[in-house]
Formats: sequence, structure tokens, C-alpha cells
Amino acid sequence: MTSETPRSAPQGGDPAQYGVCAFLALVGAVVIADALQIAHLPSSNDPVGPRPVPLILGALLLLTSIVYTIDVVRGGRAEPEAGEDIDPSSPIDWRTVLLVLAAFAVNAVLIEPAGWVISGTLLFWGTAFALGSRHHLRNLVIAVALSLITFYVFAIGLGVNLPAGVLQGIL
Amino acid sequence: MDSLNHLLSGFGAILAPANLLVALIGVTAGTAVGVLPGIGPAMTVALLLPLTYGMEPTQAFILFAGIFYGGMYGGSTTSILLNTPGESASVVTAIEGNKMAKAGRAAQALATAAIGSFIAGTLANILLVFVTPYVVTFAISLGAPDYFALMLLAFVAVSAVLGTSRVRGFASLLLGLVVGIVGIDAVTGQQRLTLGVPQLADGIDVIVVAVGIFAVGEALWVAAHLRRSKPVVIPVGQPWLGKEDWKRSWRPWLRGTALGFPFGAVPAGGAEIPTFLSYVTEKRLAKHPEEFGKGAIEGVAGPEAANNASAAGTLVPMLAIGLPTTATTAVMLAAFESYGIQPGPLLFERQPALVWTLIASLFVGNLMLLVLNLPLAPAWAKLLQIPRPYLYAGILFFASMGAYAVNAQPLDLLLLAVLGLLGFGMRRFGLPVLPLIVGVILGPRAELQGRRSLQLTGGELSGLIGGPVSITIYVIIALVLAWPLLRRTARLVRRSA
Repeated sequence: MTSETPRSAPQGGDPAQYGVCAFLALVGAVVIADALQIAHLPSSNDPVGPRPVPLILGALLLLTSIVYTIDVVRGGRAEPEAGEDIDPSSPIDWRTVLLVLAAFAVNAVLIEPAGWVISGTLLFWGTAFALGSRHHLRNLVIAVALSLITFYVFAIGLGVNLPAGVLQGIL
Repeated sequence: MDSLNHLLSGFGAILAPANLLVALIGVTAGTAVGVLPGIGPAMTVALLLPLTYGMEPTQAFILFAGIFYGGMYGGSTTSILLNTPGESASVVTAIEGNKMAKAGRAAQALATAAIGSFIAGTLANILLVFVTPYVVTFAISLGAPDYFALMLLAFVAVSAVLGTSRVRGFASLLLGLVVGIVGIDAVTGQQRLTLGVPQLADGIDVIVVAVGIFAVGEALWVAAHLRRSKPVVIPVGQPWLGKEDWKRSWRPWLRGTALGFPFGAVPAGGAEIPTFLSYVTEKRLAKHPEEFGKGAIEGVAGPEAANNASAAGTLVPMLAIGLPTTATTAVMLAAFESYGIQPGPLLFERQPALVWTLIASLFVGNLMLLVLNLPLAPAWAKLLQIPRPYLYAGILFFASMGAYAVNAQPLDLLLLAVLGLLGFGMRRFGLPVLPLIVGVILGPRAELQGRRSLQLTGGELSGLIGGPVSITIYVIIALVLAWPLLRRTARLVRRSA
């Protein structure tokens, strides 16, 4: 459990991991920069103030980034998460990922103007399409049914915040 | 005996028909969602949170208890029939359980898991009733420096002890702590890391973080690597146990409970270690150790019991100290907060009715699950056949709904996508998710306690060292951190000797 990073020599390293190190360093730098522009108002009530914690976190992030880099240089790597629905040997299918994100963005943009029933339908239908389902009509029926059921159960039945949008008054 | 009286009134509250119905909805929804492949108990609780919006706290907590256990039951069904553990704690169940199912003994595997979970859950709940008051008494005596030290221990434990790589665990923890400081500083009211976005002043809601990292991250990760072939689900009939299976199961159930509860109850717990220990123990004690790896029923009975007992155990630090050590309890803690309820020793003083109803509903939910799951197992197994595009489209649909409903602001959906991408990246690079979630929820509390400690000494660092409790905890932290070094030195010494 406490063993160091599993090392697998034969396949070679995973150079994309340097991107993770760079990301950690970037986050650390942003956190420090943000903390430095907070004005420090000394008070007996709160001698520490809001600055030290982000400064410490930023420093630790930079340190972790360095240790992580050393680990990668020495051949350290961690297994990507596996699962029954996942084919880890396949390369990342960016087209599917981007399509799913697009469906997600459509929902975020339309949820207030158009309402949950419409944006939710588009989200479900779009994601199912992105993931390879080609029964367009059946998908649409399921998507509309799910959106309507959730709207009535959650927004009207349980009082959850879901906008009716343009269908206000019709639903 | 005071706690017994409270517990009895808790049972009185839950036995009202409306509350029983809520409990039934909770266990059914929890099992149905938990059984879906790729959805662990933490994600189940996060996705089903909207069900509790608009409910009064007592009913919401009864629902939580049902979802909590239902999600765990559902997860073990998935591990056995599909070899897809929803979370790391049911990985061990999948080892022997799936082998048993492949050998045509799925019914027995499900039965020993269901009955074992029931027995372990019930025993662990009884232990919870007796242990918690002592932990509460202990927690009341703790000061700010002790709380600060305890939280540091939880950080170190989830990052360094669990998982395979320390540096990756700490990277995940630090990212979570950074997410946790976004917003207005609780003491001075100054903005931190809000990047000028007014909606970020209230901070990023933990529910949005959990749903983004778990649900959206998982959906994106699967989208990137979707297996386009149909999954193989093993058909199953009515679960049952023969006489021989009972004989082989009952000892592992009890041993699993004994291992699981204490590991869950200590603030550095988790279910991975006890389930693994239970597996190893059963393998060593088995009459036919050669069956292990080919579907030994002891290898399902023990770890499943350990998993459930440790889940009940993790409720002890969560309720009594306000210290979550698993993703599921972290999400539950966030849900408590949305009701303005602060877990910790004072909770037992201020709202005893609420806590004890929650504990009573754990017993009731556990019993309901046994009654429900033995006959319904074939129906749950059908859920595993759900076409994958619908499954993941549904996860994103409910994730978006839940995240939006928290604050009713579209910005949360954008945050959800960003956090989903972060979860995607973490899965790609093998960064554990648990430290991040614990960092988000405990980070702000740790900072508050730390600052409170230093207030007493006017900023002198000595304020962080309170009394014997915090000193002991710092020694433990130092040992955990130095462990790989100590082990390496010991090995070198042995080699040179």
C-alpha cells in the first residue's frame, strides 16, 4: 500500500505526465500570485489573515510538481483507471469527448432561456448520439420523457430549482 | 443507557408510515442507481441528492441512510455479475465473486454478499450505537489545535496511505485544497481566487465538485474509451445458499465485521485496507485455499462484510467529530451542511432526535435491503444490460440537473464541465479522486481551526501544539510520512547484517 509508484520498464515512460507537472506548477503560481494581491489587514482577532494558507498551498504545489517530475524522469507512472466499459488499449477518442462536451455546453447555455425540458432533452439526445446510439427517434422519445418526468417530479413535485423557460405556462 | 433511549425514540420516529415509505424509496433508488456499472456509492449519493431538496431534514436523513446502504448493495451486485467494481472497496469482492458467477454460482455469491452485508451492517450499527457516545465525549474535550491536527492526519492518510503513489495522492489533495479556498475568506471577508467572477464569491459548492469529478469525469473518461461491444452479463436466478455455503460463510461474515468496523471508525480509515485484509485472512484460514482465485465463497463473504461494517464505522468520525474519511461520507457531510446542520459533538446535544433517527434508519434500511434484494436480484441484474449510450447520457443528465439545482445558476454547469475535465485528466494519469474530495470539504475547516489555534497565541506557531492529543497525532503523521524511508533503512540494515 505504501509502496512507491509502480514502475513498468518495458513500455517506456508516459511523457504526457510532464503536462500534469506543468499544470500543478501553473496552479501553484496562480495561487501564490492571487494571495500576494490580497491586502493584509493586521488585527489582534486574526493574526494569521487570509494570505498564509494559499501561500503555503502554492509552495507545496510547486514542490509537488518538482517531486512529480523527478518521479516521471525515474520512470514512475500510474495506471489509467480501468473498467468493464472501458477499452484502455484504444487511443483517446477526442471526437466523442468533444461531442459530449458540446451537448453539455448547449445545456448550460439554453437552460435559462429555453428551460430545462428543452435543454435537458438536447443534452440527453446529444450525449446518446455522441456515444454512438443511432436510434434517433427512440432516443428523442426517451429524452423528452426523461426531461418531462424530472421536471414534474423535481421542479413541481419537490420544489427543486429547474427553470421552465419558454414553456412557462404550458407545462 | 441514555443512547439506547434516544435510539428507541429514533425507531419510534422512523416507524411512522410516511418515514418508512421514504426509507423504502431511499433503499430502492440507492440500489437501482448503485447497481449501474461505474457508479459507486459516493456517486450514487451525489446524484440522488436532488431527491432530498424540499424535504425536511429528518426525512432527508432517512433517505440518505437508505441511499447509502442501497448504493453499497447495488455495487456488490455489479462487481459479482459484471466484474465492474464501482469503487475501490468492492474490488476485492469482484475477485472471487465474478469467478463464482462465471462458474455458475452467481446466486450463491449474491446471497452470501447480501446476507453478509446485512449481518455485518447490523452488528456494525450496534457497535456504532455504543461507540459513538464515547467518541462524542472525547471530541468535546478537544480544542482547536487538536481538530487541526486530526484534519491534517486525515489529509495525510487519504493521500499517502491509500492508493499506490504518494506524490499523485498529494497532488490530488492539494488541488482539492485549492478548490476549497475559492471564495470569500470566512474571517476577514476578502476574496480569494475568485478571478473577479461574482458568483465564485460564495465558493464552489462541494456537491458540484463531487458530481463533476465523479459523474462528469467518469462519463467523459468512458466516452474517450468506450468499448463498442456488448458487455457480458452473467444471468442470475433467485439468490440462495445451500447448507454447505452457510457453513462456509458465517465465520467470514463475523471476521469481516471485526476487521471492517475499527478500520472505518478511526479517522484515517477507509474500506480498502479491511476488505483486503479480510480476503487475505480468509485465504489463509480456508480449508480449501486452492479454491481461491477460482471462486471461493469465503472470499466474497468476508470482504463484503468488511466493506459494509467499515461503511458503518466511517459514520462514527463523520457524525461525532465532523471528519469524513471516505468520498461517500464527504458527500453526506456536504449534504448535512446544506441543511445548516454541522456534524460534530454538538450535533448530539443540539439535535439528538435527528441523529438517532438517522442511526435507527440505518437498521431499518439494512433490513429492507435484505428483504428487497434477495427476491429482486434478477431484476437488478437486468439493469446491467442498459445500453451504454443511455447509461452515460443519463448520468450526465442527472448530474447537470443536480448541480444546477444547488444554486440555480448556469455558471455551475460550466464549473461542472471544467471539473469534469479535471476528473477526466485524473483518470487518465491515475491520480486518486478521494484526496481531492476530502481536501475540498475539510480544507476550509482545517484553515479555520488552524487560525483559531493561532489566535490564542497571537500568531505564535506554538499555538498549533495544543495538548497530548495533538502531539500524539503529529507523531502518527510523522511516522506515516517517514514510513517508506524507515522501511528502506530497515531493509538496508537487514541486508548488511
